[in-house]
Formats: sequence, structure tokens, C-alpha cells
Amino acid sequence: MFEIRFHGRGGQGTVLLAKMIADVVLRSGRGECMAIPEFGVERRGAPVLAYARVSDKPIHVRTRIYAPDAVAVLDTAFANNPALTAGLKKGGVIVLNTEEPPAALAARFPGFATRAVPAKRIALAHQLGSATSPVVNTAMCGAICAIFDLADQAALEAAIREAVPVKHDENAAAAREAFLLCSRKEKAHAAA
Amino acid sequence: MKKVLMGNHAATLGAALARVQVVAAYPITPATQIVELIAEMSAKGTFPGKFLRVESEHSAMAALLGAATAGARTFTATSSQGLAYMHELLHWVSGARLPVVMVDVNRALAAPWNLWTDQTDSLSQRDTGWLQFYCATNQEVLDTVLMAYKVSENLLLPSMVMLDGFTLSHVYEPVDVPDQKAVDAFLPPFKPAAFLDVKNPGAFGSLETPKPYFRLRRRIAVDMDRAEALVEQVGADFERSFGRGYGAVESYRSQDADVSLVCSGAVGSTAKQAVDELRAEGHAAGLLRFRLFRPFPAAALKRLTRPDMKLAVVDRNYSPGHQGIFCEEIKASLYATERRPEVYGFVAGLGGGDITVELLKEIWHEVKAGTADPVSPLWMEEAR
Repeated sequence: MFEIRFHGRGGQGTVLLAKMIADVVLRSGRGECMAIPEFGVERRGAPVLAYARVSDKPIHVRTRIYAPDAVAVLDTAFANNPALTAGLKKGGVIVLNTEEPPAALAARFPGFATRAVPAKRIALAHQLGSATSPVVNTAMCGAICAIFDLADQAALEAAIREAVPVKHDENAAAAREAFLLCSRKEKAHAAA
Repeated sequence: MKKVLMGNHAATLGAALARVQVVAAYPITPATQIVELIAEMSAKGTFPGKFLRVESEHSAMAALLGAATAGARTFTATSSQGLAYMHELLHWVSGARLPVVMVDVNRALAAPWNLWTDQTDSLSQRDTGWLQFYCATNQEVLDTVLMAYKVSENLLLPSMVMLDGFTLSHVYEPVDVPDQKAVDAFLPPFKPAAFLDVKNPGAFGSLETPKPYFRLRRRIAVDMDRAEALVEQVGADFERSFGRGYGAVESYRSQDADVSLVCSGAVGSTAKQAVDELRAEGHAAGLLRFRLFRPFPAAALKRLTRPDMKLAVVDRNYSPGHQGIFCEEIKASLYATERRPEVYGFVAGLGGGDITVELLKEIWHEVKAGTADPVSPLWMEEAR
């Protein structure tokens, strides 16, 4: 079982990101999946948590995820928040929406693996949101699918197109760009 | 076709596939999306029935009382305070022998204000004459809505289908949405023998004297008595049509268990993981998951337990001054059995606290170690 926690803010599409992960896993036939919003009162700008489980066996557990294998961070303002690594398994992966150099990022999270995704830059390049409020969830979805090998490109794009309410081409393109970028980086990472 | 659906939308699709003719509803967290999707489908013309916007839950059930009296297949959804507000009409609907199906998203009752899951809302409607089903997955929500119509329309008694607030209602997972044709074959149109018809005038629900009233109540009892077997039969029919079978109580690895967890709702899913882990650690653990609560499935309980099996009943509900409600019903139901299992009650997760695998294992060990109390429930809280 692979368990991931998402950190974002109300209005960034964090819960939709978790759901898109479930959509792509179902479409790609990679196993069972479940997306879980943190059960609270939703307000724009407030910290939002969501979770997803992926497994090749039926998923029976229906609780929050307390010890994730990975965390994904949509809002870089959380990068120094201790809640980010709470319960994260030793050696767990932190996927951040950032353009920070890999070495500097790794130095900030000893004991964990880090992956930088320029999700904000990708989102803005595809006219998703504004500089102060970029919509990064589809780029993050593409990145997560590549980093954790959750889906192929076709399943990813089809799921994104179905999940987003507007800008279908732009969101699919952002997801594809992040997916291809992170796939290349993962291959380089594995070779190194 | 499999689709990733939240529990609330699984409920809506179940109602749409059942070709519901009249919906009257008032939104409430965490059931809102059930009604929202009906409103959206209704506006697009893809919902089969008429959708009535009403000013309260009391009015919603009153409207369905009228529509069902006229012979329509009816649906609504609510939660917590909304269900409590319907209370008077719940008695009316069952007394009038109307097979209304309602989804209740389990949520705690105020005060204090709380939005999260807790079964006290539906269990406090225990004596209103409605059948009660508790679901553990989003698939089961959709499937149970379909089965509830089949059972209710046979018995002429209403059904309540429960799913856990947020834990199922807002969680997304793949759900196999059946074909309309297959559903139509499983669930033919509702054709009551007696219904309100302007061409054939009659009186419904008028004043009755003690003797006919007593006999009408006795007829409800007779039909409730055959409901458990009917639920099992409809669950088996459903499996023949759709490949997924359902009984009144699900037994999971409990045949040779020395202690079985007894759960309902989504906790009954998490408990499978707890049982698997306990088994892997060398313990004879099992699970009985109650899908049906009314009528109380006494036959299934008797069939699935042994005198040397201890029961650890986990209640996400509480009857103040007594104990967890499933626990008290299980104890009462076993009383007539000469050699019966020991029953221990646990109250956990009120107001939506997570009932985790760790907490369920702790509960199992309390019973196994003999440290649980057979009289009063233990109140168990997740440490995190």
C-alpha cells in the first residue's frame, strides 16, 4: 500500500488533486485507490489536508493517514511547517511545488527524500490561475504520477480532462509537462 | 462501468438507477451533495423523477408521504438534525405502509455543534418502523439503495440506508455503476395494490379505533418478522444479477475466532484490516459486520456466533443511561439462547473521532485478556 498526504490551502484544488490521483489509478489499472479529504470546515486560504491510498489489494482501512509514505506540498509557504513531516515514514518522499535547487532542498529535510516540481511555473505557462494564486493541482498530479509510477501518460491526461471543470486542454497540458519532466528526472535519478 | 465516486454521489446514482419518481429534500452537511447532484441532473433532464425543493426536512418527508400514497417510488436524503426534525413523519410513513427509501448520512447530534460521523442520529429513530441498513463502502451504498427498494416494496415498509458522514460520504473510490437495463430487470416498477387515485376515491390514514389499530400494528410486526429472511434473499438475487452478494450480517474470518469484533458502517471495513493484522500476529480474530439493524438480524447473529466466541461490540453511538445501542440489542437478542457468547461493549469515535486499526486491535485485546467489563461499556479514545 502506498499512502500520500497532500498539504495545500482552501481554493488550490487540494481535494480535487487527491481525487484525480484516484481517477488516474483507476484508469491506468494500477490497482485499488481511495481519496480522502480531511474532514473539516472548508474555507478559502485555510490550510487543507487530503490523503490518497493506492494498493494492489482491496483497501479496507478508512481512516486518516497517520504515517504516509510521501507528502505533496502545493503551497510552498508550508515548507518550514513541522506538520509537513509529521508521521512521514523514515526515508519518505516530500514532493514540493518549488524551483529551489535540489541540493538546498535535500539539506532542509534530512532523513527524507525530496523532489522539486516547478508546478507554479508550469501552471502559469498554461494560463492556470494568477501569479499570486496559481492553480497547481494538475501539474502536481502529473508530477506525482511520474515520481511514484502511478499511471501512464494517456490515463493521466484522460483523467485530468474528465476531472477539471474548465480549461481542459490547459490542465491536460500542464499535467503532461510535469509528468514528462519528472519522468526524465526519475530516470536520471535511478541511473545515478 | 467503474467510476471514482464520493459516497454521496453513489447514493444519488442509486436513486437515479432505481428510476425514482419523486424526490423531496432539504440539504444538510454532510449529505448535501446527494441532493445537489439530483438538482443538477434534474436541471439537465437526466434525473428520471420530479425534484421538489421544500422548506424543511419535515416538509420533505410530508411530501414523500403524499407522493408514495399516490403510488410513486420516492427518495430523500438527510442527516443528523434534519433526520431528527423528520421524526414525526417517520412514524406516519411506516404506519401508512409506504415504501419510502431515505439515505441518512450518519452525523452527530448537537449540542455541541458537530459535523462528523456518529450513528446516534439514525439509531435514535430505531422505533419508527423503518428498516435500517448500514454500509461500509461506496459500492455498498449504491447497491443497498437498489436492494432497499426491492425489500421495502415487498414489505410495504420504509427503509433508511446509512453511510458514515465524511468517512464514506466525502471519500472517493471506484464504484461499479450498473447498467440501467440490468437494474430495470432487478427492480421492476412499483405497482402498489392500493393508492390514492382521483378516479377511485378512498380515505387514507383516517382515525382508527383500538382494535383495528392493534391489528394493523400486529401486521407490521408480522412483516418485520419476515424481513430478515427477505433481506438475505434479495441480497442473493442481487449477487446473481450483479456479482456482489450481501447478507444481513457479514462474517469475516470469524468461523474459528475466539474473539470477534462486532462493527457496523465504515468501521466494519477498517476492522477487516485489524483482523488481518491480528491473524498475522497469531491471534484467532474475526469480525461480524452488521449491515441490517432493523429488523434486528437475530437469526444471522445466532447462526454466526458460538457459545465459546466472545464478542467485542464497537458502538459509534451511545444511549445515555445505558450503553452502546448495537451492544444492548445484541445482548437482548442472545438472552433467549441457553448457551450464549459473552458480549463486551465499547463506545468509540463519537462525533467523528477516527476508529483506527490500532484502536480496534486494542479493543480486541481488552476482551481477549479478560479486562473488559461485561456490564458497562469501555470508552475508548484514539490516542492521536
